Amino acid sequence: MRGLTLRSAAVIAAVAAGLACRDRAATRTPAAGDAPQAAGVADLGMIAPDFSVVDLSGHTLNLASYRGKVVLLDFWATWCVPCREEIPHFVRLQDKYRDAGLAVIGISVDDEVAPVREYYRTLRMNYPVAMGDAALAERYGGILGVPVAFMIDRQGRIRMKHAGQTDAAVFERDITELLGSR
Amino acid sequence: MRFLHYRTLACLCFALALVPTVLTAQGAQTRISTTEMVKALQLPKAQRPLVIQIGFRVMFQQAHIPGAEYIGPGSDASAIDQLRKRMQPLPRNTFVVLYCGCCPWDRCPNVAPAAQALAAMGFTNAKVLYIPNDFGTDWASKGYPVQKGG
Repeated sequence: MRGLTLRSAAVIAAVAAGLACRDRAATRTPAAGDAPQAAGVADLGMIAPDFSVVDLSGHTLNLASYRGKVVLLDFWATWCVPCREEIPHFVRLQDKYRDAGLAVIGISVDDEVAPVREYYRTLRMNYPVAMGDAALAERYGGILGVPVAFMIDRQGRIRMKHAGQTDAAVFERDITELLGSR
Repeated sequence: MRFLHYRTLACLCFALALVPTVLTAQGAQTRISTTEMVKALQLPKAQRPLVIQIGFRVMFQQAHIPGAEYIGPGSDASAIDQLRKRMQPLPRNTFVVLYCGCCPWDRCPNVAPAAQALAAMGFTNAKVLYIPNDFGTDWASKGYPVQKGG
């Protein structure tokens, strides 16, 4: 009986820990216009580091050219289960908010491009995806675990960072907040 | 006869109830905590574990445990083949630590296939580094030693 109670407690603790880990490192800056925060925690409030990559379709993608849009920048991998679970939500959000000014960008940290291409087709991803490297990851504070998503406002500042799987509702809240602030 | 059925059923229930406990105990035996790992890295060179990263190269290039070797994501069959090739010539009592840290422990697709491959090869002192959240949170940001490149 005692064993059962202990096991039940362990299960409850594990579930609670799991829920706590679901969006284990959500960080966000205050409203737009506030003073930029000190660099360190993924440079929240600072201008997102610019980069230029060639996406899976062969188009050059410059982050700076997205100024004026709200950008959801997602670091992910095909073998990462939490990443895969987030992507259908990003596809839906991209469809829903494209005209309002949302641009989702995926940066894959897979070793090889082939599974990324396959996944891109299978999931009918409706936003550009490019391969990332260590240099790009380091410019974003280091990507030592996936998924990691950054929300970038119309002025190009990093406003939120979500490390670990995050509820679609959280992303949608961020998107509507940033789309609403000019 | 009916009594026998009840007894069989009771035994079956008891055995099923034991399964999670046994599995947990086995898992715990093969795990090594981050603090134990830090201590293991301070052992004399001959006693230090062979450390193998079975996550992704972009992470390995940014930061990895000093001396670790990169094999590739354990969820990839070709990475498992490479792991087998690397381990084949080694004594089966080699102290080896596998780690990933790509995702939270219970969602990591890479650790289990690699650990199972080593177990199937007969490695008796193979451990898996327990990283609850990810390598950045549970290792690098705690100030534990890291190396770049590779």
